[in-house]
Amino acid sequence: MPKRVLTSGNEALAEGAIRAGCDCYFGYPITPQNELTTYMAVHMPRLKRVFVQAESEVAAINMVYGAAAAGKRAMTSSSSPGVSLKQEGISYLAGAELPALIVNVQRAGPGLGSIEPSQADYFQATKGGGHGDYRMIVLAPNSVQEMHDFAVLGFDLADRYRNPVMILSDGQIGQMMEPVVLYDKPVCPPDKPWALTGAKDRPHNIIRSYFSRGGLLEVHNKRLQEKYAKIAGSEVRYETLELAGASIMVVAYGTSARICGGAIKLARRQGISVGMLRPQTLWPFPTQAIASHLDRVQAVLVVELSAGQMVEDVRLAVNGRVPVHFVGRVGGGVPSIADVQQKIQEVAAKGVRP
Amino acid sequence: MTETALYTRPKSLLDMDMFYCPGCGHGIIHKLIAELLDEFDLRSRAIGVAPVGCSVTAYDYLDVDFSESAHGRAPAVATGIKRARPDAFVFAYQGDGDLASIGMAEIIHAANRGENYTTIFINNTVYGMTGGQMAPTTLVGQRASTCPNGRDAATMGYPIRICELLDTLMAPSLIARTMIDGPAGVRKTKQLLRKAFQCQLQGKGFSLVEVLSPCPVYMRMDPREAIEHVKNNLSAYFPVKVFREPAAAE
Repeated sequence: MPKRVLTSGNEALAEGAIRAGCDCYFGYPITPQNELTTYMAVHMPRLKRVFVQAESEVAAINMVYGAAAAGKRAMTSSSSPGVSLKQEGISYLAGAELPALIVNVQRAGPGLGSIEPSQADYFQATKGGGHGDYRMIVLAPNSVQEMHDFAVLGFDLADRYRNPVMILSDGQIGQMMEPVVLYDKPVCPPDKPWALTGAKDRPHNIIRSYFSRGGLLEVHNKRLQEKYAKIAGSEVRYETLELAGASIMVVAYGTSARICGGAIKLARRQGISVGMLRPQTLWPFPTQAIASHLDRVQAVLVVELSAGQMVEDVRLAVNGRVPVHFVGRVGGGVPSIADVQQKIQEVAAKGVRP
Repeated sequence: MTETALYTRPKSLLDMDMFYCPGCGHGIIHKLIAELLDEFDLRSRAIGVAPVGCSVTAYDYLDVDFSESAHGRAPAVATGIKRARPDAFVFAYQGDGDLASIGMAEIIHAANRGENYTTIFINNTVYGMTGGQMAPTTLVGQRASTCPNGRDAATMGYPIRICELLDTLMAPSLIARTMIDGPAGVRKTKQLLRKAFQCQLQGKGFSLVEVLSPCPVYMRMDPREAIEHVKNNLSAYFPVKVFREPAAAE
């Protein structure tokens, strides 16, 4: 029987990465993700795997780049200000098509901000925080279990598409403790004939994103776009809660989705027909899944720990067919279940049929 | 009468026209690296790390596995590769802007951790790829596009001596400076690079060879003058010497 343990989100993610065959971890201290780095510092050397405390987040992501280029499963973790520093490296990973896992346990910004949970890095994660036309697969866990599971999924997706993958979490999910069923299946990363292993009995391999001659960069970009289209077609993930027959659709992810779950339960007791669609992938975004409910749903409510970022993607998906409402808190504030319940009541009062 | 080949292109050097400018030192240093890769039979386990700068496409000329790196990040990329593949022979090739300006943090910390890879640091006192801007190693008074009246120490500081800086650290194994100032300098450079390669192969840790090298175009000289400039002026400020080497290096 799979082992069940009580642990924190950060440690569950670390253990998930280890069980997913993470060969190399590179990190730099920043709250609220330090438990993850500390866990790796204890367990990676014990397993004869690589742990390096880098001199900066910039160095850490470039160490990930090196280890990924060498064909190994490599990861780094940080929190918002540190992830800003990694953006250059993420662009290079995407450009050179290197698989890697990057964890952002979000805290509130902008600037140094503070260590309270936040979802204000949605734009940075999903719209390309670095330069150039690239996409990164972004997974959004809403529980300690998903912190664990998405580490495994993240490495698999990264290898399958030769693309960086981000787990976009937040300080609340990183810090809280829940029971977790530990992953215990064997992992078998694919062969990586492109990797740098020494050119033994083959032409030399080159990891590059620099193409200076004769339109080659445009060809490279078109190929990347074809890959992104394939990912968008195959890897959308989401979960629904009480959505069948609901008149109001709440869209929320991560910590917000947990709060919304409680609010929806209370609102339904009041007779309001409300359900939720919870994106598990923020890119690719469940655009069609959202649109598929709009024949019945009469209003959409988006809840985020931000001034409103994902709501823009929801509006694109809804495309003006029904009103899209928003409730959020900024700067580390977290809406209560009562706040969201109140907002659901307001939306219902605007004339949604029960 | 039998014919004996006295000189051939090293196997690890690809048969390509190099795009470097006439009189540039990169071609000579690439060839030395290729000769040593052959000498130690390293093609099947060597992994190079290219910088951002004129030598970003070093992999067009050197026939071993290679990775680009973001500007200044070669020491971090080399760290990742070497830690992931300890049996590989890993070398990073960096210029003065890459290593001594934007990548200063990375080189100091890689050296301080004693990472077991080899750095070949080309110091020609100027940014080449971007068009001749002031480098952290540009000499006081030297003109560049971003110091058109010459480097003024009062506002731009003094050229940074990397070997001396790294020589304050405990961990590095080999730190040496050499120069391309004619055949003798080329031979001496090869000897030091050989020691640096051995350093890594014997697991002795971080090695760095700084090569003072001509960039005639942006030194605003003809190739012969640039060589003389390296010999007379660069080496006067950047002393050519072995700062440290492992006791047992052969």
